[in-house]
Amino acid sequence: MEKNKKSILLVDDDEDYLFQTRLNIEQFGFKVITADSQSEAEKLLETLKPDLAILDLMMESDDSGFILAFKLKRKYPDVPVIIATAVTAETGMSFGVSSEEDRKWIKADLYIEKGIRADQLHKEIIKLLKI
Amino acid sequence: MEKLNVLVVDDEPGICSGINRILSKFSVGFPFMDENIGFDVEETFSGEEAIKILDNKVPDIILLDNKLPGMLGIEVLEYINKKRFETIVLMITSYASLELAVKATNQGAHDFIPKPFTPQELRSAIESVTKHIFLKRMTRKLNKEGKQIRFQFLSVLSHELKTPLNAIEGYLRIMQERQAGNDLEGYNKIIDRSLLRVKGMRNLIMDLLDLTKIESGKKRREVAPVNIAEIAKISVDTMGPISIQKDVKIYLKTPAEVIFEADQEEFEIIFNNLLSNAIKYNIEGGRVDCIIDDQADKLIITIKDTGIGMDEDEMPRLFDEFVRIKNEQTKNISGSGLGLSIVKKLIRLYKGDITVESKPGEGSTFRLKFPR
Repeated sequence: MEKNKKSILLVDDDEDYLFQTRLNIEQFGFKVITADSQSEAEKLLETLKPDLAILDLMMESDDSGFILAFKLKRKYPDVPVIIATAVTAETGMSFGVSSEEDRKWIKADLYIEKGIRADQLHKEIIKLLKI
Repeated sequence: MEKLNVLVVDDEPGICSGINRILSKFSVGFPFMDENIGFDVEETFSGEEAIKILDNKVPDIILLDNKLPGMLGIEVLEYINKKRFETIVLMITSYASLELAVKATNQGAHDFIPKPFTPQELRSAIESVTKHIFLKRMTRKLNKEGKQIRFQFLSVLSHELKTPLNAIEGYLRIMQERQAGNDLEGYNKIIDRSLLRVKGMRNLIMDLLDLTKIESGKKRREVAPVNIAEIAKISVDTMGPISIQKDVKIYLKTPAEVIFEADQEEFEIIFNNLLSNAIKYNIEGGRVDCIIDDQADKLIITIKDTGIGMDEDEMPRLFDEFVRIKNEQTKNISGSGLGLSIVKKLIRLYKGDITVESKPGEGSTFRLKFPR
């Protein structure tokens, strides 16, 4: 059974967010691999192919999540990527990935607000994993 | 109590009256506001009706359902954009139409509330919008008064305050749902982390108070001849507990008396910030040297540490607000990101300057020069 668990790579530099989200996702029945920085995630990705990745946007630099998403997609084009961020509401920055044009340069399949409810996150993951 | 006007556009009467009921009993207050803000709710069941109301009077907040019998919510949103109405739109969407929600957000909806929502979710969405409106108003007011205000600053600040709140809220939820079982022991880490985030938030607020005091110019400065050596010594003593924790020794080298025209409190802030950085970013068993050089035409203060140091490309933004160097070595070090910007602003009040030299793995040296 364990072997068939889908694995999710979770990358965030906020230790608490990492802990809480991991707990949630594990309860959904997935295997979770975490990294707390862009560089650590890059190292992990050299040897590991997750079934899905959830990336924080702002880590070492303000666009770490985008860069990581770009690199991940280049290596594994079929792995769905979710970018999670808390920046929109406060900074007025807004980036969705709904338009074709956005999808081209933001290498993510979905963009979520960090406050998203656990059950919503669960549904999004299932949708992207097509299970 | 001040009231914000809220228009609810939803074809389900139950949702309208529910929202009305929740919000009429709700008010939002923040420590930086004089009085709480309450809500007056108006309900309407169609997009067409909503537009009639809007043409007459634009409410502060619109809670807009998309699935309406005639005109769709997103079309109402388009109308609001076209007319450039100044209002904040929160889209109410059922979960299935998250994509629509993203689209609406891109078209200028402030946020969206997934349906079904709990009263608490509604309240927190409204709270965040209220804060947004309040900050916007404050910005405008200050601009009118000819004061420079940096909306960017406030935005980043609310982000910095929201992140620890999110973390604490998440932990409380884990506890509420007993996700780690019924034994309190299982929650030790969660409690420790929550307390740590509370502490970080408190430090941020303290730093922020320092910063606003300096920036507003309101703080009464008491510039008088003070003994800088004495202030440095007090600061070194203040740092005692954290230096012991980190096993870092502080050496103060100064003439016994260094008289300088200054505000005592301002120099305390300068020393406290620089010394605490020198300890925080140090290695276990490291040292900090604080040297005061009293010259005829200037006062030079040097604070040197044997810490982790910085790369050259990390230095230029070091004194900017909310800049914290993020890397493997600094990730467990907490800070508000305001300390050095406060220090720099204070030094400027004395027409002084601060420079930094640093080498990764060797340490950093901050040099402060004050003309006499």
